[in-house]
Amino acid sequence: MGIVNILGKKEILMPGNPSCPGCGLALGLRYALKALGENTILIVPACCTSIVLGPYPKSSVGVPVFNIAFAAAASTAAGMSEALDLMGRDDINVVVWAGDGGTVDIGIQALSGAAERNNNIIYICYDNEAYMNTGIQRSGSTPRHAWTTTTVLGKKEPKKFLPLIVASHNVPYVATASIAYPQDFIQKLKKASSIKGFKYIHLHTPCPPGWRFPSDKTVEVARLAVLTGVWILFEIENGRLRLTGPSRNLVDKRKRLPIEKYISIQGRFKHISKEELEKIKEDVDKLWHTLIQYSSKENIEKQ
Amino acid sequence: MPVMPLSGNHAAAYAAKLSRVEVVAAYPITPQTQIVEKLAEFIEKGELKAKFIRVESEHSAMAACIGAAAVGARAFTATSSQGLLYMSEMLWWAAGARLPIVMGIVTRALAPPWSIWSDHIDVLSQRDTGWIIAFAENAQEVLDLIIQGFKISENDRVLLPLIVAWDAFDVSHTIEPVDVPNQNVVDEFLPKRRKYRHTLDVENPFSYGNLAYPKDYMEFRYSIYDSMLRAKDVIEQCAAEYDRLTGRYSGGLIENYLCDDADIVAIAMGSISGDLKVVVDKLRKQGVKVGFCRIRYFRPFPSEALAKCIEDAKTILVFDRDISFGSEGALCLEVRATVNREGLDKRVYGIIYGIGGREVRQKDLENIIVKAYKEELNHPRKLLWLNLKHV
Repeated sequence: MGIVNILGKKEILMPGNPSCPGCGLALGLRYALKALGENTILIVPACCTSIVLGPYPKSSVGVPVFNIAFAAAASTAAGMSEALDLMGRDDINVVVWAGDGGTVDIGIQALSGAAERNNNIIYICYDNEAYMNTGIQRSGSTPRHAWTTTTVLGKKEPKKFLPLIVASHNVPYVATASIAYPQDFIQKLKKASSIKGFKYIHLHTPCPPGWRFPSDKTVEVARLAVLTGVWILFEIENGRLRLTGPSRNLVDKRKRLPIEKYISIQGRFKHISKEELEKIKEDVDKLWHTLIQYSSKENIEKQ
Repeated sequence: MPVMPLSGNHAAAYAAKLSRVEVVAAYPITPQTQIVEKLAEFIEKGELKAKFIRVESEHSAMAACIGAAAVGARAFTATSSQGLLYMSEMLWWAAGARLPIVMGIVTRALAPPWSIWSDHIDVLSQRDTGWIIAFAENAQEVLDLIIQGFKISENDRVLLPLIVAWDAFDVSHTIEPVDVPNQNVVDEFLPKRRKYRHTLDVENPFSYGNLAYPKDYMEFRYSIYDSMLRAKDVIEQCAAEYDRLTGRYSGGLIENYLCDDADIVAIAMGSISGDLKVVVDKLRKQGVKVGFCRIRYFRPFPSEALAKCIEDAKTILVFDRDISFGSEGALCLEVRATVNREGLDKRVYGIIYGIGGREVRQKDLENIIVKAYKEELNHPRKLLWLNLKHV
C-alpha cells in the first residue's frame, strides 16, 4: 500500500507473470518499473527474468524488452544508449536488469567496459546469490558456506562483492538496495535516472526455492539480511559513500540483530558448523570494515 | 566521382562514411585496425556524425551494434580471425533478432600457431549464423559491396545482417585507385534507415526474444531461411541499381568470366580471382577453353547462378582458402552439392591454397589448370594441397 501511495496504481509488471511464489526479483522488478516509468527500455540477459517475462508471443511487462545473450547485457545497453543519444532520445532510461551470475561472473567484462566508458545506462543486478534459473548452482555472488547444487557441502569462498568493484571504475553512482526497503530502492532508482552516465544498483532479492525458505518469508528474509548487517544499504555518489536506510544505524555492531536470525531461517545454511558460522560473521565484519574505511577515506580526502 | 588511392581497409572506412553509419563499435585486431582508426578520425573531425563506441572486446562490439540497431540506428563494425570467433555468439543473435548490421571482415588465419595472414576459415566458420556473406576481390569492391550491403541488409524482404570479407594484406593493405562515389549519389542509392515494426519503441512496447516453445520456434528459423533465399533477388537488384547510379556494375551473386563455352571452370572467392583471370586470359590465348566463376556471395549460396555458369563444363576446379578438417574445403562442398542438386555430370576437384597466407603464384594456378585440361590430375577423391612443403 505504501508503494501505491508513492508510485501510483499503474503496474508495469503484470500480475500473473510466471515467477515462482514469493519471488524476490519479481517484487524488485515491480518496484523498479514503477519508479522508472514507461519511458524505459529493459535489456535482460539470460536469468530468471527470461522466464518471468513470459513465453512468446506474450509479455509480462509494459515496456520494450530486449532479451540478450548472457555476457552481453551491458554492451548491448551501451549500444542502445549511444544510438538513442544520437537520435536525441536521451530521455529514455536504458536499463539492464540482470541476475548475479550475468553480472558478477559472465557479464563482468562487458559491465566493466560500459562502466569505464561511463555509458549512460542504469545497470541493476538483482542478486539471488546463485544461478537460480538453471537450478541453484553456485555463482561468484553466492555467500560463503551456502549450499547450492554445485557446492553440496557449502561454498568455500566468500561472496564477490561487486558494488565496490564497480565503484572503482569512478562511475557517478553506485548503490545497494533490498526488496525489503522499497522506498530506499525507489529513491535510488529515481536518483540514478536523474544522473547522466553509468549507474549501478545491486539489489538483494531472496529466493525461496534457492535459499530453502517458505515462500511467504521473502520480505522477512530480505529484512533480516539488512538488520543483521549481512546486507548493507549504501550509495556511492561521485566517490562518496553514504549509508542509507536502517544500515545507517548499524555501524555499531551491537545494534545489529544476531546473524543467526538470518542464517537459521534458510535451509541453505542448515548444515553449517559453529566454526563456519563464525567465518560467516567474520565476512560480515570485514565488509563493514571495508565500507567504513571507504567512507572515512573519502572523508579524509574531503578535509 | 573522385578516384582516390585507397587500401581495402580505407575503402571500407570511406564506404561506411558514405553510408552515413550512426554507430560504430569496434575492438582492434590486426589486420582490421585501419578501418576503425579511419572511422574514428572521420567522427572526431566531425566529417561523420556518428558515435564511436570503443568497446572492450569483439563480443561487446557486436552486442553494441545489436543494441544500436535494435533502436533503429545504422551500425557498422569490423574484425578478423580470433576477434570474429570471440564475437560469434552475437552473430547468431544479430541474425536471430533480424537486425540489419554490416560488418567488414579482413580474413585471417586462426591460431595456434599465431598467424596474421589471410585464410578464409574465420569467415567460413560463421557460415550458418544467418549472416549474408560476401567476398570482395579488391579495394573497389570492398567499397561498393559495403554500400550495397546496407541496402541489402535493410531491405524489408531480407532484414539480415551482412558481412563483406576481404583478404588480409593482399586487399586490406594494398593501395589501389578506388572510384569513390559522391555523397549525393550514395544518398540516393541508400536512404536513411527506416524504422521497422520490430524497432524498439517506448511508445509501442513489446518484448523481443522471449522464450519460444517448440510449437513456435521453428518458424523463426524458417523465416531466416526464407529471407536468405529472397536475398538473392535483392542482391541482384541492388547491384543493378548501383550500376545505374555509379556507372559501375560491382555486385551480384557471381562473376562469370569466360565460362559460357569453357570445358574447364575454376571457382574461387576473394583476391585470388585477379590472378585466376590473368591465367584464364593467358590460357585462352593458347586455345585452352577455360573460364572462371567467382563466388561473390557465399551466403546465400548462388546455386542456380553457378549451375548455369558451369552447365557446359566437364571439369570444375574449386580453389578453397580454408579446410574443413575431416572433409574438404567449404566452397568445394557447396559446389559438389550444387552439381548434385542440379543433376549435373562433372568432375569436381578440390584444391586447398593459400592457407595462413601461403604464397600462390600465377604459374601454380596455370599448372593445375593445364594438368586438369590434360586429364592428368589424380582422382577427385584426393584433395590437392597447393604448394604444400611436405606430404
